[in-house]
Amino acid sequence: MSGTPPDLPERDDAEQTPPVRPRREFLKNAVLFTGTVALLGGGLELLTRRPGAAAESAPGELLAQARRPLGPYDTSEAVTPYAQATTYNNFYEFGLGKDDPARLAGSLKTRPWTVLIDGEVRKPLRVDIDTLESWFPLEDRIYRMRCVEGWSMVMPWLGFPLAALLRRVEPNSKAKYVKFTALEDPKQFPGQRSSVLAWPYVEGLRLDEALHPLTFMAVGLQGRVLPNQNGAPLRLVVPWKYGFKSIKSVVRITLTREQPQTTWALAAPDEYGFYANVNPAVPHPRWSQATERRIGELRRRPTLPFNGYADQVAHLYSGMDLRRFF
Amino acid sequence: MKDFPVLSRQGRSEGGTEQARAAPRPAPRRASRPLPWLGPGIVVGGLLPVGGLLLDAVTGALGANPVQRALLQTGQLALALLILSLACTPLRLLTGWTWPARVRKALGLLAFVYAALHFLIYLFDHAFTPGVVLEDVLKRPFVTVGFAALVLLVPLALTSTRDAVRRMGFARWQRLHQLVYVAVGLGVLHYWWGVKKDHTAPLIAALVVAALFAVRLLRQRRARARS
Repeated sequence: MSGTPPDLPERDDAEQTPPVRPRREFLKNAVLFTGTVALLGGGLELLTRRPGAAAESAPGELLAQARRPLGPYDTSEAVTPYAQATTYNNFYEFGLGKDDPARLAGSLKTRPWTVLIDGEVRKPLRVDIDTLESWFPLEDRIYRMRCVEGWSMVMPWLGFPLAALLRRVEPNSKAKYVKFTALEDPKQFPGQRSSVLAWPYVEGLRLDEALHPLTFMAVGLQGRVLPNQNGAPLRLVVPWKYGFKSIKSVVRITLTREQPQTTWALAAPDEYGFYANVNPAVPHPRWSQATERRIGELRRRPTLPFNGYADQVAHLYSGMDLRRFF
Repeated sequence: MKDFPVLSRQGRSEGGTEQARAAPRPAPRRASRPLPWLGPGIVVGGLLPVGGLLLDAVTGALGANPVQRALLQTGQLALALLILSLACTPLRLLTGWTWPARVRKALGLLAFVYAALHFLIYLFDHAFTPGVVLEDVLKRPFVTVGFAALVLLVPLALTSTRDAVRRMGFARWQRLHQLVYVAVGLGVLHYWWGVKKDHTAPLIAALVVAALFAVRLLRQRRARARS
């Protein structure tokens, strides 16, 4: 810093402004500029940027052998990559963000795990999850999964049909509905410390829906033990209904006479019905259900009635006004 | 909200002597300290998240549903910047600083840029199908209010130049730009209706907007009581 460079023009307002030292002035401005950029830009990034979970959870223990040829219930569509199927989840018991379940699912202990099956059945029972699994040969089903939010995946589940389990407990003639209850434990489910939903999560099916061969209880995904964030150790899968019907981490299955009060239908009755059949013709109040984004694809694709399972399940609803019973 | 002629206000405080105060002469229109780093810093900082978004898109950090993620983030950025632009006047009133008034326009325009980007991504999401978009705008209040907020911002962005103020006259220009209050209200409502269950973030946005309105109203009332 040795005064003003000689080639700088003479300033005529020298009396009013303090002498300017260009290099120091420049440095000062550069620092203040950088500070402003960092403060505003950094603040905005901090406020709005949520980088997707890059960390992939270690895949669980192998359950099944190599895939057999496609079965009658399988879709031949491309399976959603494991990394995406296990990091983009709605599981409010862990939190509201899509990546919360993958991040926080370690707190859930899936062994020991007991399932209670009761209500209008001849043989109510309380059974350990490992015993329950041993009762049925594990089948795999490649199902489409359509979320009510307008996205979808293709999931290769491992498990057994719910009907097989229900036959074992022998529903009596008064049983008309099946009520499913998920685990309630804020220590294992950090999301349950907030009251965004009425815990525990409850879902339900009509008995004929529950007995349909497509209705499935999953204990695995892509040949491996079901990851916690996907609903371990035992979850329902009803492929022709929006994803929220497929309750995760089930601890109780109750056969009932009355239609059960289900969590989302209680939380927002105008938006989420008891039936929740995938239906492109019945829009959600805030968005159309005519299209969906298959995870991994950039463009939307049309949504199919009953999520493409109309041939198998449409008869269950013949004569019903599906706009009213949405 | 009489907050525009900042420069003259600044000038008044510099009229030093008793005489100058007794006989008010036209305030010397001399700008306060130039802060050459401020404007560029706001613009570059405000556009930084665009770079972040592009980077995230390229590296896959937008996650499994990148379009949804980009849609949400640009919407949040638009609302955040709009609220920041509305914070300038209360901040100036409370602190006496003059610099907030100088970044207000840039923040407002940045908000518009993100709102437009948000809408473009939405259009892309629906494959630019006019029928689908029209049905959304007409039938779904959630989309209607978001769209209305964007539409309200268009004339404000178009008349953001110094030239426009001169052409319109300050009073008319100011009245037009009060539409920003409607726009931010609709923006918050759009955000509120957009989330599925957890209203924490939209609630915070609503409270901040309410606080900013309160500062303005209190000041206005006090000014009216004084006159």
